Amino acid sequence: MADAWASAHEATRSADVALAAVPAGGDNRLPPPAMSEPWPVRLLLIAFALGFLGLFVVLPILSVFLEAFGQGLSTYVSRLAQPESLAAIRLTLVTASIAVPLNVVFGVSAAWVVSKYRFPGKSLLVTLIDLPFSVSPVVSGLIYVLMFGRRGVLGPWLEAHGLRIIFATPGIVLATIFVTFPFVAREVLPIMQDQGNDEEEAALTLGAGGWRIFWQVTLPKVKWGILYGVILCNARSMGEFGAVSVVSGHIRGETNTMPLQVEILYNDYDTVGAFALASLLMGLALATLVAKKIIEPRQFRR
Amino acid sequence: MSAAERASVAPAPSPRRRWVPGVLPGFRPTLGVTLTYLSLIVLIPLAGLVLKTAELSWADFWRTVSGARALATYRISFGGACIAALVNAACGLIVAWVLARYRFPGKAIADSLVDLPLALPTSVAGIALTAIYSKGGWIGRLLEPHGIHVAFAPAGVVVAMVFVGLPFVVRTIQPVLLDLDPQAEEASCVLGATRLQTFRKVIFPALLPSLMTGFALAFARAVGEYGSIVFISGNMPLRTEIVPLLIITKLDQYDYPGATALAVVMLAGSFVLLMTINALQAWSRRGLHG
Repeated sequence: MADAWASAHEATRSADVALAAVPAGGDNRLPPPAMSEPWPVRLLLIAFALGFLGLFVVLPILSVFLEAFGQGLSTYVSRLAQPESLAAIRLTLVTASIAVPLNVVFGVSAAWVVSKYRFPGKSLLVTLIDLPFSVSPVVSGLIYVLMFGRRGVLGPWLEAHGLRIIFATPGIVLATIFVTFPFVAREVLPIMQDQGNDEEEAALTLGAGGWRIFWQVTLPKVKWGILYGVILCNARSMGEFGAVSVVSGHIRGETNTMPLQVEILYNDYDTVGAFALASLLMGLALATLVAKKIIEPRQFRR
Repeated sequence: MSAAERASVAPAPSPRRRWVPGVLPGFRPTLGVTLTYLSLIVLIPLAGLVLKTAELSWADFWRTVSGARALATYRISFGGACIAALVNAACGLIVAWVLARYRFPGKAIADSLVDLPLALPTSVAGIALTAIYSKGGWIGRLLEPHGIHVAFAPAGVVVAMVFVGLPFVVRTIQPVLLDLDPQAEEASCVLGATRLQTFRKVIFPALLPSLMTGFALAFARAVGEYGSIVFISGNMPLRTEIVPLLIITKLDQYDYPGATALAVVMLAGSFVLLMTINALQAWSRRGLHG
């Protein structure tokens, strides 16, 4: 049962973290011309594929930048520099700077424990690590409201102690951590499993301690995987909308992250302001894709 | 040899076999960090969901999840996701095929762009798609005169769902296409099959399991999607309202039991989907190695 869950999650993961699934060097494996399609068919298929990607991917990219810069650079800057937008940028940076390092510590230690040891309940643990990938973001946010909200399980206790989690920064950070914690673990785990423990065990027989083995033997092997996980984790922490939207309360200038502020500005008919902020997030997404292209081939190389 | 001697020759069974996780140090601290973190982030909040669900009476639960408005949201969420996943399966197959098999200028960029929907915040995708498909937008301008409404109509929900599900089919089929044994195709070609016959009888059956996995993944993602849909759909109850939005509406009205009931339905749906995806994966592995 647990195995079934684990492998189902494996499937979800492979596409969701996705950003990773394809082996490099596909071009070397092109079939010989005799086994390919006649050129009009090839041309038609290529045109269709590019048309589909153009319609669903390129048009949105162009539209964001055009709407943002369409009324000139000075309008862009002034709409971007509104106090509420700047507060949103600050909150997003704070959230990511808490969520990402915590998830790196968790991800590396989870990958270590899963790849280096045998223990009962391991596949259940792997399933739990993948859980956020299969839960709707709205439901992810909801579980925190049900626990920590005013009418939640711990609500009365928190209120009595003057603590506020939901509709405040802690809730936003928690929801962000929840949706992003699998990314680092999921990138590092397959690399650690792939490379085995021989070198770590050799280091152990030579007298190295646990920390020394990690820093000098394991870390150099998985550093690109960690970096890749960090980039994916960061992109999602800065961009998460659904889960954060549920716990934020949308208090202007206080609990709106960048993606939430985009929604607020858009609903206020401040189109340029919304797209200006969106253009920053689009830039982040494109930078993530470029970083993926650079790091991916290095991941499994020694 | 006496019995006593035999016993002393045989390896002495230790009184209590100590279970050893592995030889490397660090088991306890790493397991400790992992479990503490998972408990704080996942298990405790999930316990909240369980406790809140237990507070619901069966009658209340049933009234919420089978009301007309809830039923309409299932139709939009699950129906829309099904159409979107079909579109993604068909178009994604072609995109994956082209990326795996042909050489053309801009291929590396096209390949990278497939992942954009995973890297882009959903609210940005939402406002961009709305701008494109609304009345004055690049595509809305072309469609609206013909009476075709995409933005603020059910079609808009499907468009947003196609966007978020786009990478899944491509990224599940592409590696399978690259790994396909060329000898099967060569044999088919030598035996006189046309290219179309080879595709139908040799290539497509090998792709089918991964195609269906990709379909299921795209479907699962589209059902749970919230951010990109709420902008383009117009959020009209009974017409373009999706399940996650109804959950948020109930939360905003402090109707926690209602929101919880719907969340339980969604989680049950995710569970069924996961089992399906799992079965498809198993089939896909058998197809590859058997």
